Amino acid sequence: MKQSGSISRRQFIRSTALTTGGLIIAFRVPAGIRKITALTESNLFMPNAFLRIGADDSVKILLSHCEMGQGIWTSLSMLIAEELDADWHKLQVEHAPADTAYYHTIYATQRTGGSSSLYSEFERYRKAGATARYLLVQAAANRWKVNSNECRTENGYVISGDKNVRYGELVQEASALPVPADVPLKDPANWKIIGKQKIKKLDSPEKINGKAVFGMDIQIAGMLTAIVSRVPVSGASITKYDEAAAMAVPGVRQLVKIPTGIAVLADDFWAAKKGRDALKVQWDLGEASHINSDSLLTELRARADKGGIAATDVGNPEEMFAKSKYKLETEYYQPFLAQAPMEPLNCTVQLSADKCEIWTGTQTQTDDQRAASQITGLPINKVFIHTCFLGGSFGRRNITRSDFVREAVEIAKATGKVVKTVWTREDDIQGGMYRPAFLHRFKVGLDANGMPVSWNQISVGQSVMTGGPFEKVAVINGVDMFSIEGMHTAPFVKNIKDQKIELNTPTWPVLIDNWRAVGLSHTIFAMESLINEMAHAVKKDPVDYRRMLYKDAPRLLGVLNLAAEKSNWGTPLPKGRGKGIAAYEAVASYVALVAEVSVSKDGSVKVHKVTCAVDCGLAVHPDGVVAQMEGSIGYGLSTALYSEITFKNGYVQQKNFYNYPILRIHEMPEVNTFIVPSNEKPGGIGEASVGQMMPAVTNAIFAATGKRIRNLPIKKVNTGTA
Amino acid sequence: MIQLKVNGKQYEVDVPPDMPILWVIREKLGLTGTKFGCGAAQCGACTVHLDGQGIRSCISPVSRAIGKEIVTIEGLQASLSKPLMDAWLEIDVPQCGYCQTGQIMAAAILLRENNHPSDEDIDNAMSGNICRCGTYQRIRKAIHLAADIKRSAT
Ligand code: FES
Ligand code: FES
Repeated sequence: MKQSGSISRRQFIRSTALTTGGLIIAFRVPAGIRKITALTESNLFMPNAFLRIGADDSVKILLSHCEMGQGIWTSLSMLIAEELDADWHKLQVEHAPADTAYYHTIYATQRTGGSSSLYSEFERYRKAGATARYLLVQAAANRWKVNSNECRTENGYVISGDKNVRYGELVQEASALPVPADVPLKDPANWKIIGKQKIKKLDSPEKINGKAVFGMDIQIAGMLTAIVSRVPVSGASITKYDEAAAMAVPGVRQLVKIPTGIAVLADDFWAAKKGRDALKVQWDLGEASHINSDSLLTELRARADKGGIAATDVGNPEEMFAKSKYKLETEYYQPFLAQAPMEPLNCTVQLSADKCEIWTGTQTQTDDQRAASQITGLPINKVFIHTCFLGGSFGRRNITRSDFVREAVEIAKATGKVVKTVWTREDDIQGGMYRPAFLHRFKVGLDANGMPVSWNQISVGQSVMTGGPFEKVAVINGVDMFSIEGMHTAPFVKNIKDQKIELNTPTWPVLIDNWRAVGLSHTIFAMESLINEMAHAVKKDPVDYRRMLYKDAPRLLGVLNLAAEKSNWGTPLPKGRGKGIAAYEAVASYVALVAEVSVSKDGSVKVHKVTCAVDCGLAVHPDGVVAQMEGSIGYGLSTALYSEITFKNGYVQQKNFYNYPILRIHEMPEVNTFIVPSNEKPGGIGEASVGQMMPAVTNAIFAATGKRIRNLPIKKVNTGTA
Repeated sequence: MIQLKVNGKQYEVDVPPDMPILWVIREKLGLTGTKFGCGAAQCGACTVHLDGQGIRSCISPVSRAIGKEIVTIEGLQASLSKPLMDAWLEIDVPQCGYCQTGQIMAAAILLRENNHPSDEDIDNAMSGNICRCGTYQRIRKAIHLAADIKRSAT
């Protein structure tokens, strides 16, 4: 018996914490911050790394995590403001500098990812607020010569009897007090901010009026813009390029060879772009020149035929399959995908003899520091990262090798110039770091009730975690647990006595990496399509069938039932419409989606409505949860309908949004989201519902037309005879 | 030297005439509220108004703006920007925010022309603007609300 493959996202988090030394609560104030604020230190109260209260009553919150649309600018601030009893309207929020004080409480580097920000900071940020409040109360009590338990706080004031004092007035006295090792937290019954409906996002005003600063907006005197000619495969080399033509473009200053290609440096974007176009680089793609999407599925299938490394191998699934009442053999294919964040990648670097300053939107400040330190030879603490707003990421700014930061530092080092790299949209779509293509093949036997009793599976696709910071915990005996994320741990799979789940991991030169929801971005489609096929085989309603499968998974069952109820599952639909359901645990939350679709004569798919039920434990910022559900449903629908990166002789065929289409407003379904009231620990949200959307749509297409979609993207349904 | 009028101010810029308006306003004038998303008239992040018409500044050469007036998010007149921004805040539309200024510039044209847009009007006016974060449902709600606000103000 072998059960190496029993790691879920939850367990992953736990085991990561173990290997990285456990929970880190660093309440040290980083030196950098002291220096920045040295002139005004007497006017500033800095009880810990996350908070500064000014004599002017300003409350500044420093975020260890980055804001990329997922809403932590607001939700993490809510945690501090709640315990501090701060005046919500006086909060100012900033990205923290890169510093060990801001290391992730689980990952042990400064990092935003895995939809973990809120739950990993739930204690630390509340403690940060509570500690400050404790000291302010103490300072007021000392001033008034009363006992601190005779004081209360409200909206930025300490109050005792008829006396009150603004927090700003207590800054000096509070700063003189010793910081307690631990302080009690509020009773949740007294929360005024956490979990409340009316909280508006703190970053919305500046994002609407154009004042929000994204990495793309950084401009420094004397800065040159660099655009790079590169390819998304490893092992390629440059054979030819037209240096003279590029240098002849007015405004082009310099060309430089770097490990990823050739950079054209110019006075502005336009000159750099024209210069890069004139360069006409020719590549020898080496091994990669054999990559063709036409033959990709054939190759994945050939690998599936060969088998792989077993993640689970118990009992005798072949024998059990032969004996099973119902038998299913099926496979699902999903292509390479680009993240395509709205803001193309960019990175600004100012390098001098004694320090390296970097401005960019990044999820991986510590990795970036390490990369810059390695390239420049400067110590880590001489690499300063100024995190800007991220114009979306979806994993593209969470790259194991810090690709776009590394490249900008290389250029700065090679040229001695202040440089900003800008990726065009074509560079983004063709720049790699894709969600790997995957094939999941199943041979499943069901008993007379329809319960799976024999499970044979082989999955084929490149490994995202190999070579990255989490390889040690995520890749076990050659099996990248993220390649089969949520499959072997599914409630109706993990207890099957006769099962074998194998993984075949190609090492192709296509550059792949994190993509929103990582493994779940493809595994949920396979599993939730398969479940519908199982339900169909035993002639059960897809919701009833899932009730049976999820009977020992109460929270999953809860969202399934809620989504079914709110979508009026089972009531007749107009002709030509169908409903599809998908329900799954993802990033420590549970989401069920019901999609209602119709398919027109020409095969195009219209999703009319989506009902979403989410159990994310305690919803700290409910409207933020709703927003993430809406957005992920749009992201998932875009993926289901259109998204596909294809290769021809090693070159990516898509260029821009005209051939890598993104969902538009007229295609966005009406979304209704229902949050399960819960006091469980908060779960993740940003990646919790992307994976469910694809099968919810294809299951609905099946209900509407009888056509089963097993390969993504859907593009159009073949409405001819089956 | 090219003479430009942007948000009511006169500028003189030393750029080639084929440089897109987007890069002139962002890099030479420092007006970075207008965004670069695709450079190919596909996403609308770069939407500005040229003599009152919504244009894709990423593909519009600066020569096209000579003798005309450019309005960017920074200079949108209050009669349009106020109802839109109030509605955008009330519905709390933005996620990453990168597309939002372009969305508002496109919505401003719709609202100026149409006091009471239907869902179909919104689809027609806004389908050139991509939001990768998928805030479309809220954009739709916010435009309806902005129209309400604008109508009750006049
Ligand atoms: S940047 Fe101009 S339309 Fe996309
Ligand atoms: S809010 Fe992120 S692209 Fe629209």
